[in-house]
Amino acid sequence: MSTTALPPGGVPAAAPQMPDILPNRRARKGVLGYLYRYPTIAIGGFLLLVMLAIAVFAPFLWTKDPTALAPAMRTRPPGERWWFGTDMLGRDVYSRVLYGTRVSLTVGFGVAIASSIIGLFIGLVAGFVRWADSIIMRVMDGLMSIPSILLAIALMALTRGSVGNVILAITVAEIPRVSRLVRGVVLSLREQPYVEAAIASGTRTPVIIWRHILPNTLAPMTVQATYICASAMIAEAILSFIGAGTPPIIPSWGNIMAEGRALWQVKPYIVFFPAIFLSITVLAVNLLGDGLRDSLDPRMAKRV
Amino acid sequence: MFAYIIRRIASTIPVMAIVALFVFSLLYLAPGDPAAVIAGDQATPADVERIRASLGLDRPFLIRFGEWAFRIIQGDLGLSIFTNLPVTRMIAQRIEPTLSLMVVTLILAIGIAVPMGVVAAWKSGSWIDRMVMSFAVLGFSVPVFVVGYVLAYIFALQLDWVPVQGYTPISNGFWPWLQNLILPAISLGGVYIALIARITRATMLEILQQDYIRTARAKGAGQRTILFLHALKNAAVPIVTVIGIGVALLIGGAVVTESVFAIPGLGRLTVDAILRRDYPVIQGVILLFSFVYVLVNLVIDLSYTLFDPRIRY
Repeated sequence: MSTTALPPGGVPAAAPQMPDILPNRRARKGVLGYLYRYPTIAIGGFLLLVMLAIAVFAPFLWTKDPTALAPAMRTRPPGERWWFGTDMLGRDVYSRVLYGTRVSLTVGFGVAIASSIIGLFIGLVAGFVRWADSIIMRVMDGLMSIPSILLAIALMALTRGSVGNVILAITVAEIPRVSRLVRGVVLSLREQPYVEAAIASGTRTPVIIWRHILPNTLAPMTVQATYICASAMIAEAILSFIGAGTPPIIPSWGNIMAEGRALWQVKPYIVFFPAIFLSITVLAVNLLGDGLRDSLDPRMAKRV
Repeated sequence: MFAYIIRRIASTIPVMAIVALFVFSLLYLAPGDPAAVIAGDQATPADVERIRASLGLDRPFLIRFGEWAFRIIQGDLGLSIFTNLPVTRMIAQRIEPTLSLMVVTLILAIGIAVPMGVVAAWKSGSWIDRMVMSFAVLGFSVPVFVVGYVLAYIFALQLDWVPVQGYTPISNGFWPWLQNLILPAISLGGVYIALIARITRATMLEILQQDYIRTARAKGAGQRTILFLHALKNAAVPIVTVIGIGVALLIGGAVVTESVFAIPGLGRLTVDAILRRDYPVIQGVILLFSFVYVLVNLVIDLSYTLFDPRIRY
């Protein structure tokens, strides 16, 4: 198939796309040039940085104690004194939402890092140890046939709610995806002449992994980790929303929405503010992931 | 072909066995005494002992798993700790709303997503394409319950077009049934539409560059014939595959959607079971959903020959 074939006359609508051999803009160098070429990284990265700043500096952003009860000030609408209103226990929704950023980002990053490390290890073992491969992959197939939210729910149902347990439960559900990815990379790299040469010249397996395999898994794993971060934040919110996530005492977006659920028809703002924050954060991470995919793996970017 | 079908069905057995083993051993993986965790904080020692005995936690693991698996194969999922009813009966009572929700979502999502992807690929690079792709990113980012609440607020509370919450059985008439399901289906379908539209667009982009598309054009076939007959038919395999994989998203999302819209289905059953730590029910629901998921993907695997006669087994 030739991608450079000329379109037949009269139907320019489906003209084949020209390969991006020549940059159509003047190539800029440095970080700014990179951000200019991949605007989704710039937008996503910026939004994520804002959220990080909110998480870190939550106590200084005109917040009150997010758990302080004020029964006399229940369900006040958003206004000057309570920017996002108060919930049914009189707690300040603005403060709770801002502190909730911490939970979401902790879970997102925690799951992304943990599942990457464990998945990388399992994927490497499956790719290099022949006899273990089929056993590991069957187990991963089994895990993958349990929808990941249900798997996390099942794990949470048996443990007491805590941020650490939420990270653990979602990580278990995400590991199969990473290990499959890594195994695929390892298997395709093993066929590469330079890896075969390294094996033939007697290089020890750990050295081959360190020098030839790991650097090649880095790009796809970074992209995958970003998407995992996004889906972990949604999963955390879902778990907390249905009462199987972080304990109610911790203000997380899922918890705030779960508490606002009973009142949402009359006091919709309690549900909407955390919902907006959650959507923006997940969108930021997804945009970042799309941009990273385009920049790190141009071949894949053409496809999806 | 027949031998392949048998082999493919047989290959799901080890997967289901691993799922079963995993779901079963969850009880043992949990830190601490599972009987005490399930009983909760206010339980008396007698309660804990009762639960321990009813779950068979006082007997060796493998024997217990063997007995349990044997019962499962016979279609017996055990008794609920909370209601003491058979889990299979509790599931059977709740299956209609969930099944309805998923079927409506599936039809809606495919009906919207595939044409979206086709048009985006056809008008690749245009504003339509960019809109579809932006929508896809949004669909992946805005969680199910957020869409659900926003839609319910606008169309049910403000405009009063459809009921806010609840479920009407299909035996009460098709229209009331659909009216209750339309908002949940749209909210649940968001991610799914994004996923299918993206893969449809990507596959179609590749296929529209093939030589036979040019040939079809050269012989004077119309745009619609080319897009839907020549191109889409050849793009069917990856699209159908992703529809099957995406069923996992539907299952996970159904649990949340049912909570938002107060639909008394399997998702609500799961949530209630979690809050009561009714473990046999949780195990039963997870087993059932996983089984459905594996089954759907098995059927899709076997359907490839329908879409692409070049695939022979």
